[in-house]
Amino acid sequence: MRWRMIVCLVIFLWTYEWSTKEVHAFSSQVIQRGAVGDDVIELQARLQYIGFYNGKIDGVFGWGTYWAVRNFQYKFGLPVDGLVGESTKAKLVKVSKYYESFVKEQIRNGNSFTHYGGKPLSEQVKREGNRNQKAASSGRATATNIPKGFSQNDIQLMANAVYGEARGEPYIGQVAVAAVILNRLEHPSFPDSIAGVIFQPGAFTAVADGQIWLTPNETAKKAVLDAINGWDPSGGAIYYFNPNTATNGWIWSRPQIKRIGKHIFSK
Amino acid sequence: MLRVLLIGFLSLGIVGTAYWGYREHQEKNAILVHAENNYQRAFHDLTYKIDLLHDQIGTTLAMNSKVSLSPALTEVWRIASEAHSDVGQLPLSLLPFNKTQQFLSQIGAFSYRTAVRDLEKEPLTKEEYKTLQTLYQKSADIQNELRNVQHLVLKNNLRWMDVELALATNNRPSDNTIIDGFKAVENNVESFSETTDFAPTFTSITNREKGFIRAQGKRITKEEAKAIATSFLGLKGTEKITVVRSGKGADDRFYSLTIYDPKTRTETYMDITEKGGYPIWVIDNRPIKKQAISLHEASIKGMDFLKKHRFTNVELYDSTQYDNIAVLTFVINERGVRIYPEAIKMKVALDDGTVVGFSARDYLSSPVVHHFPKPAISLAQAKAKLNPNVKVMEERQAVITNNLNQEVLCYEFLGTLGDDTYQIFINAQNGIEEKVDKLQNAERTYD
Repeated sequence: MRWRMIVCLVIFLWTYEWSTKEVHAFSSQVIQRGAVGDDVIELQARLQYIGFYNGKIDGVFGWGTYWAVRNFQYKFGLPVDGLVGESTKAKLVKVSKYYESFVKEQIRNGNSFTHYGGKPLSEQVKREGNRNQKAASSGRATATNIPKGFSQNDIQLMANAVYGEARGEPYIGQVAVAAVILNRLEHPSFPDSIAGVIFQPGAFTAVADGQIWLTPNETAKKAVLDAINGWDPSGGAIYYFNPNTATNGWIWSRPQIKRIGKHIFSK
Repeated sequence: MLRVLLIGFLSLGIVGTAYWGYREHQEKNAILVHAENNYQRAFHDLTYKIDLLHDQIGTTLAMNSKVSLSPALTEVWRIASEAHSDVGQLPLSLLPFNKTQQFLSQIGAFSYRTAVRDLEKEPLTKEEYKTLQTLYQKSADIQNELRNVQHLVLKNNLRWMDVELALATNNRPSDNTIIDGFKAVENNVESFSETTDFAPTFTSITNREKGFIRAQGKRITKEEAKAIATSFLGLKGTEKITVVRSGKGADDRFYSLTIYDPKTRTETYMDITEKGGYPIWVIDNRPIKKQAISLHEASIKGMDFLKKHRFTNVELYDSTQYDNIAVLTFVINERGVRIYPEAIKMKVALDDGTVVGFSARDYLSSPVVHHFPKPAISLAQAKAKLNPNVKVMEERQAVITNNLNQEVLCYEFLGTLGDDTYQIFINAQNGIEEKVDKLQNAERTYD
């Protein structure tokens, strides 16, 4: 009986220790370029610890991290593919350290910091005040993936326009309105910046009557992101109008492509 | 006594209201004047820029030395671009003023391309010279029309706000001097666009969308479209599908399908070409739960999906995670050569790994793979053309669309310079640096 208890205790201690250790190591996923999240933060911190990564530890697996991973794989005789799988992770855990609570705390407080080995951590923090606190305190990364050629503010501005113009429309109707803005950007007959297209006098009713300044919801933002990422439900349209309220006769003369919800999209 | 008080009180009220009303009126006027001034500035600026443009084109015509021709053409390009931006600030979007905008764009593109070319080696051709002459004439016509409008605006104190009102209410806008003037400009340019072609080197930027060249085959019916959607999306057959055929404005007709799943109460949307029945895009707008699979697994699922639907030789080019969605870009890899114009985009949900988006628009609108001649220069020769400060990390062959809208075989290099990563394409025939792209870094959040 006693003997059995000891076995139980040993097993318990062993699993306990195993689980606390694993908390600070990667999850089982293969991490690849474009990923975001805690695993990426750990990856960047560990690569920085051994001097392979000099960029910011921001939780976004971008090009800088990618080259760091490849250099690491090359130096340690692993297959050089930029994918962080089991063997790469194992090697990385073996040769580097990760002070998770330190890193997470700096991210939470919005400090700029580094995580190099061989230098006291306290010397690697530069306090920046509370500028970034709100985003970070939700435990999220301090940077985000953005489609090429656009900023978060561009997306926000477009989301405002889409929400003001088409908030009652089905989801693809909203994607289509965003796509029209982007099609105009490419088109020689229209201004060539997002703000130029949106604020062109008379171009959008939501701009004229101020509805563009309503706070857009997540759906509008998602629709904009889809359009920017290459989805165009409008079929290449550069105009759209609501046939029930359109006052301008000329708009009817444009060749019509299709109707989504209340809007007719045309060339 | 009470009456006197009451009268005094009321009259005070009236005076107060009158004053308030007056203030409101003043403020409104101030804002109107402000808006009007913005329009006036854009308009007078436009006429000034057209004056400059005309003169500058005239100067280039007389030039013979290549050394001065390049800067002069660059100047034309700059002025055309500024004029284009001025037009964008006028309340003309309700007025058909496309052709003039397009004309300005075309002047810009033409002058830019000729200006950046090495005119020592490749001087202006006869056609290009003729194009310049026609541009000179046309800009003179536009200049005249606009000057006429400008004169009337100044003489009669015409207001742009009235134009906007007239256009918005459709209140017989034909009576409006400004509108008439701009219509005259438009007609003028229209005749030009229809009759004159730009030189052959100038593949029109207006016809960028080439339609779905790849979608060939017999025309399908609505029922067939449903069947294609069912097999493509792996539907169970219990969904309600509605099909609508596109209008005649579409370059290539297509069917739009809305697929409603009564079980999950979500809708999936899909477009299918009429010719041959190729899926153009799919969007499934279901809510996505917490992330359960990795971006890597999602890429594999996306690849499996493409293979299952007979897209052969696809290769993952880019993957990006947005919250709990993976956005993937696949390109065709033909015997080790990446064909960038033939891209397919996919969205995979990271909760259960199902495909929630598909877009083959680029793939369908790029011409079927053409056989490029063997590279005339070697990889090492191409590498020697790179900026020596760029540290090359990856290299391969690739086909891209260059800024003349031609498909060219290139050597592609991925390299780093400082903290940034660059994608550089060197033409495999003549060693020209076709394209240099700085690849996107993550953007910090500002919340």
